[in-house]
Amino acid sequence: MERATAPSGARPARRHQRRRAGLAGYLFVSGYTVLLLAFGLFPTGYSIYLAFTNSLGQFTGLGQFVKVVGDFRFWPAFADIGSYLAMWLVLVVVLTVVTAVILRGRVRPGLSSVLRFLFYLPGALAGVASVLVWLFMLSPSVSPATGLLRALGLSTFDQVMAPGNLPVILVLIAFWTGAGGWIVVMYGALNNIPDEVLEAARVDGAGPWRTAWNIQIPMIRKWIVYMGILAFASGSQLFVEPQLLAAASLGRVSPTWSPNQLAYVFAFQYGDFNSAAALSVLLLVIGLIVAALLVTRSGLFKVGDE
Amino acid sequence: MTASAPSWRLSGGQRRHLGGAQRSSRLVSALVVFVILAALLVFFVLPAIWLVLAPTKTASQLDHAFPLSFGSFGQLGQAWHDLTTFEGGVIWQWLRNSAVYSAGALALTLVTSVPAGYALAMTKFRGRKLLLTVTLVVMIMPSSALVLPIFLELNLFHLIGTVWSIVLPFSFYPFGVYLVYIYFATSLPRDMLAAARIDGASEWRVFTRIALPLARPVIGLVAFFSFVGNWNNFFLPYLVLPSSNQFPIQVGLNQLLSSTPAFNPVAGKGLDITSPELALAIIISILPVLVLFLFSQRALVSGMLAGATKG
Repeated sequence: MERATAPSGARPARRHQRRRAGLAGYLFVSGYTVLLLAFGLFPTGYSIYLAFTNSLGQFTGLGQFVKVVGDFRFWPAFADIGSYLAMWLVLVVVLTVVTAVILRGRVRPGLSSVLRFLFYLPGALAGVASVLVWLFMLSPSVSPATGLLRALGLSTFDQVMAPGNLPVILVLIAFWTGAGGWIVVMYGALNNIPDEVLEAARVDGAGPWRTAWNIQIPMIRKWIVYMGILAFASGSQLFVEPQLLAAASLGRVSPTWSPNQLAYVFAFQYGDFNSAAALSVLLLVIGLIVAALLVTRSGLFKVGDE
Repeated sequence: MTASAPSWRLSGGQRRHLGGAQRSSRLVSALVVFVILAALLVFFVLPAIWLVLAPTKTASQLDHAFPLSFGSFGQLGQAWHDLTTFEGGVIWQWLRNSAVYSAGALALTLVTSVPAGYALAMTKFRGRKLLLTVTLVVMIMPSSALVLPIFLELNLFHLIGTVWSIVLPFSFYPFGVYLVYIYFATSLPRDMLAAARIDGASEWRVFTRIALPLARPVIGLVAFFSFVGNWNNFFLPYLVLPSSNQFPIQVGLNQLLSSTPAFNPVAGKGLDITSPELALAIIISILPVLVLFLFSQRALVSGMLAGATKG
């Protein structure tokens, strides 16, 4: 992204302006910074502190981590969340971008607006409500898709809730509630591309798919990367959905299906905040590594950094 | 967008006239578009239609009647009665709580995140890059990982069970800051600000007169995601709020679920909450978010920067 440098004014004036802008910058970020310290950094530091100590506040080194990793539920929980994440990331990135491109260029504006609204609609049910709806959708006795469930060999709620099906079920719920919002965001990003650019592509003979692949998608790459980061983060922290599914499946689904559920069990069943914090820190590190990879590879931070 | 068009121009030889092959490929392309949109439409809308119809039926009709059939208004009235008299109409209290928590947090989020995102994108100050990096880091960090530490922190400051124990953590919204930042960084020409500064406008004036009006779409976007996210948040209130009359609607839904015999055969005997009442509760719980969407939709669809670059 090219940025014109400030026009060649008198040098002292420019320096004065820069200093003034710096002061204003601090004022503008001050409120947010306070919240960041209070509810971001302080709790993070506190969980790191907890992860390296025991309940008496004594330093235990990596003791809590060794204990957590050695737990018999640790690796199964990460395998579960891994298989879910793989499916979820591919699906959400490919489908939301393709859909946004279609809605931007291949559909009349009125219809596009209606469809965006309808796709977004389930986003209002994120969390508890969506799980409740999908409990109904996946229960063959009441579901409108009973035929489809039967065709897949699932004729009872019990069969649907087989542990092996859980990643697919969670992807369905996550996509149902989350994809519409991302389609709106991607559409907004596509809208940012000047009409002249697309017009020029059309005049030069590029078809809609070619335009999408060569022009539109590269120009909204930043947003796609951003979506990928957040989709990964929200996916790795899955808690409410498997928790409610586990409760409603009457014991078929493990109460420690996801790592976060395991951390919850450590904290609230055993009262072991230190082990819970150690597990949280592990999840955090994984998120950080992936985010760092995406950030460095996408040039997300180059903007405005002359 | 200040970026010039990338070099994608096709050479003259690649320009083709509309031939038969191209026409049929157009047909395939239209078909692909249609199939994708139709499949998505069914997937997104069918559960919603089912949900709207569910409260008009009895629990037994839900099991045996056609899934997309309409029951009766009488049954809907019965479900309404059962739901609103549950524990003396506690559902209204839950909805009021959700409104207070979400609206309070929304106000604080906008007041803090819009100026912050603007400053990160458009001004220079020492520590800018650090703040941006930390924002991204906290943003991608699993927020449930912070719920327990936040709980302990609130406990330390004796905020447990107060309105602030929900509103303050909710109003910390790095996602919003980042949305505003990325919006200004990609869409607002810096020259425009530089010109205003040279004309003698103060930083505050530049922000309120130039940046804010242009930022209306992204403010709508942030407000929208913040409100929806907070309205639907479950984990933190679940841990922090001890008594039922402080619950937001999401935690209330969980309580209804555990009172519904269909999902909890052990408990819930003798209560009037069955599947239709639960479906009705879900619908009521999402209505405010739907209304908000109708209002912010214009900002969302009018494009992120229709005004500035296209004149």
